[in-house]
Amino acid sequence: MMADCTRREFFGLVGGLASTALYRPLPPSAAQDSLPGTGPSGKLWDPSRAGRPLPPVTARDNDAAIQAIEKQLKCTCGCNQDVYTCRTTDFNCTTSPAMHQRVLQLADRGKTAQGIIDQFVRENGVQILMAPPKRGFNLAGYFLPSALILAAAAVLVLVLRRWARAAAATPATSAPAASPAALDATAAELERLRRELDRLPG
Amino acid sequence: MTVLGNLALWVAFLVGIWGALTGFMGGLLGRADLQQSARHAVFAMCAALLTAVFALEWALFHHDFNVEYVAAYTSRNLPIFYTWSALYAGQKGSLLFWASVLSVFGSLALTFTSRRHAPLLPYVAGVVCAVAAFFVTVMLFAANPFARLAFTPLDGNGLNPQLQNPGMVFHPPMLYLGYISMTIPYAFAMAALLSRRLDTDWLVAIRKWTLVSWLFLSIGLLLGMWWAYVELGWGGYWAWDPVENAALLPWLTMTAFLHSVMIQEKRGMLKKWNLALVIGSWLLSVMGTFITRSGVISSVHSFTQSPVGYYFLVFLILAAAASFTLYARRLPLLDAEARLESMVSREASFLFNNLLLVGIAFSVLWGTLFPILSELVQGTKVTVGPPFFNQVNIPLGLALLALTGIGPLIAWRRASLPNLKRQFAVPLTTGGFVGLILLVGGMRDGWALMAIALAGFVAATVGQEFARGARARHRQYGEPYALALARLVGRNRRRYGGYIVHTGILILFVAFAGMAFKTETQVTLRPGERATIRSPYGWTYRLTHLGISQYDALNRQVTAATLEVERDGKRLGVMTTEKRQHVDGLGRPTFQPSTEVGIRSDLREDLYIVLGGVVNGTEQAVFRFTINPLVWWVWYGGVVLVLGGLVVMWPGGGSPAVKRVQAGYAVRLVGKQ
Repeated sequence: MMADCTRREFFGLVGGLASTALYRPLPPSAAQDSLPGTGPSGKLWDPSRAGRPLPPVTARDNDAAIQAIEKQLKCTCGCNQDVYTCRTTDFNCTTSPAMHQRVLQLADRGKTAQGIIDQFVRENGVQILMAPPKRGFNLAGYFLPSALILAAAAVLVLVLRRWARAAAATPATSAPAASPAALDATAAELERLRRELDRLPG
Repeated sequence: MTVLGNLALWVAFLVGIWGALTGFMGGLLGRADLQQSARHAVFAMCAALLTAVFALEWALFHHDFNVEYVAAYTSRNLPIFYTWSALYAGQKGSLLFWASVLSVFGSLALTFTSRRHAPLLPYVAGVVCAVAAFFVTVMLFAANPFARLAFTPLDGNGLNPQLQNPGMVFHPPMLYLGYISMTIPYAFAMAALLSRRLDTDWLVAIRKWTLVSWLFLSIGLLLGMWWAYVELGWGGYWAWDPVENAALLPWLTMTAFLHSVMIQEKRGMLKKWNLALVIGSWLLSVMGTFITRSGVISSVHSFTQSPVGYYFLVFLILAAAASFTLYARRLPLLDAEARLESMVSREASFLFNNLLLVGIAFSVLWGTLFPILSELVQGTKVTVGPPFFNQVNIPLGLALLALTGIGPLIAWRRASLPNLKRQFAVPLTTGGFVGLILLVGGMRDGWALMAIALAGFVAATVGQEFARGARARHRQYGEPYALALARLVGRNRRRYGGYIVHTGILILFVAFAGMAFKTETQVTLRPGERATIRSPYGWTYRLTHLGISQYDALNRQVTAATLEVERDGKRLGVMTTEKRQHVDGLGRPTFQPSTEVGIRSDLREDLYIVLGGVVNGTEQAVFRFTINPLVWWVWYGGVVLVLGGLVVMWPGGGSPAVKRVQAGYAVRLVGKQ
């Protein structure tokens, strides 16, 4: 296959690799065929380029209470994000807008925030929540790391105290000094090191 | 070229197996000929794998769409910059990239490691060959980047638009470099265990490599955050996605190692712990690859998923079993040479720092794997998203930030009460003062307030260390303060470079705290209409929709909305946000339309504008406006952190003899005095 390649192609490749380091993307102004504004029909020249058509935003879409509910619910489109983030980020997704409408519908029926969340859990299972509810085995999820860290800290304190007591009892043997001869350094270097150590805090 | 690529992979596979066998056998039997052969095998494997990389790049640049990988990740109109990076845009190519870089790192380690560590090198060669051979095995039998299609398409699918971003060109290789270079310290750790040379000496051989890995991982994580922020359009930079977590895990354990290794160097303590951290960090990096590749946990990085993840699971289990079996057998040789003398000492504070770092790593791993555990235990799969991670990790992170300030203030071996008073007075006062100002200023978010107050405490700690050091030099040598400061850093690079890293960390924490005050709003505007939004600083932004234009660019059709931005009546300029429909060389749409965010940054906040879409095909557009406070400080903090890491790594700073003494037995000399 190597033989199929012409010298021109080879130098083209080398030049291409070298130019990657120098590459700068063109600014939008240098792009071709600018079509500003709308066409004769009052619509964009090609609306399909702008993605899925969207309905106008309503005041309720920005309602802080609705947002707070939606931030606790996971979008089921597979994006791994909450409903609010998905519907305001992935404008191709049709799942999160539908879930948003469902939240609004339940709010219109007079359900509280917790009632809406409970309804979603009843309809979709506990996986619909962005964080598991604090009950049963899930408590281990929330508290096991902190509990283990605290337990380890307690053990560490005990061990350190024991070591400190042992060191206090046998100060002479706890840190056997190496003879200068055993160290690969000259006397001048050791003296310089001692001076540097003297300047350490404490 | 695919023939050459396949041939190179087979050569690398066979040479890798040979190198692993001769490396281990040569080391165990003490046979110089086998040791030499293992060394040559690493170089030969490196040459073979680089040839394979060349062959794949050749196919990519020549648009050989008969090669499945080329057709899947490139198109004729893909910019050359991204054609190059398509090497690691997909599963198969990134496996090749991983194996190649590992062989390069292995060759560098064998070439530049001091002859003093020669007895370790055959084992290092053996480990590098074994790991690289595993990657080549996966490529040859499950994910061959040179696999051909039964037909030749006219054009390829093109690269995922989200990957067509400069951040994505550098972020994956940086993370990979971090993951991959971690193999070298791991190889030295295994060599030390196999050869029973478990004194402090082997640590000197790996310290730079560990720093290299840590630095690459840090850069990779930061670039990933930057990419997520500018490209994904959700207005944040960290979402606790499993793949993000997978990269954070080894970073945390390596950070722990870089602290605890100082105790082993200075006191001959924590040998068992340090070995476990090196082995654990490497295993976590393999685990990260498994999580990224397998799709076992739902992630936004789904574009890299395939069954090869299970190869990694088997490899991970075998490697963990082999490593920890060997480790357990050598435990009697790993006794400490000294004991901790006081609860109030630098050593003790480092131990607590290690506890927190490893605890946070466990907490992140626990949260990442909890959906699987829940399914196993309760039969119910749960979602573990940002609310969970924030709740569990914010307190731990703040405790770690506090220790970042406390550690450097406590003396080695034993701190006295007067010493503690002298060291803590200024930092504690500063931290308290900062907290009080924020409280009086109206800040009511408890976590954010604590983070910024603690950052003030750490900043004062670092400032005090620099000021005292520079003053001491000024007094002793009569140097001007600026020169004294420069020489202080230059002659104590590890210590003061470390403080620069701490400065980067505290800046990052302040920036993270800023996100507590993020505001978002969605608006629909016709051309000429304006929206008004309030920033957390009390400013009023007025955004006027100027209109929408459509045009064709190199490999995409662009719909761009332009807005004029004013703040408190003062015109700031014009911002643009886009919808992009990517097309192939024949003009056919390749992916769903993607969003290009408009961002205006200053030191205090970012104005972040996203074009959601248009209403009924008209110029009436749906926008999301987000104000993100202090985001630029994430990038500044990252730069400071990386600079600090470079200062620590920078070669020189004293004669080798003095460094060896400092590394091994410095505190003993103090004891002798």
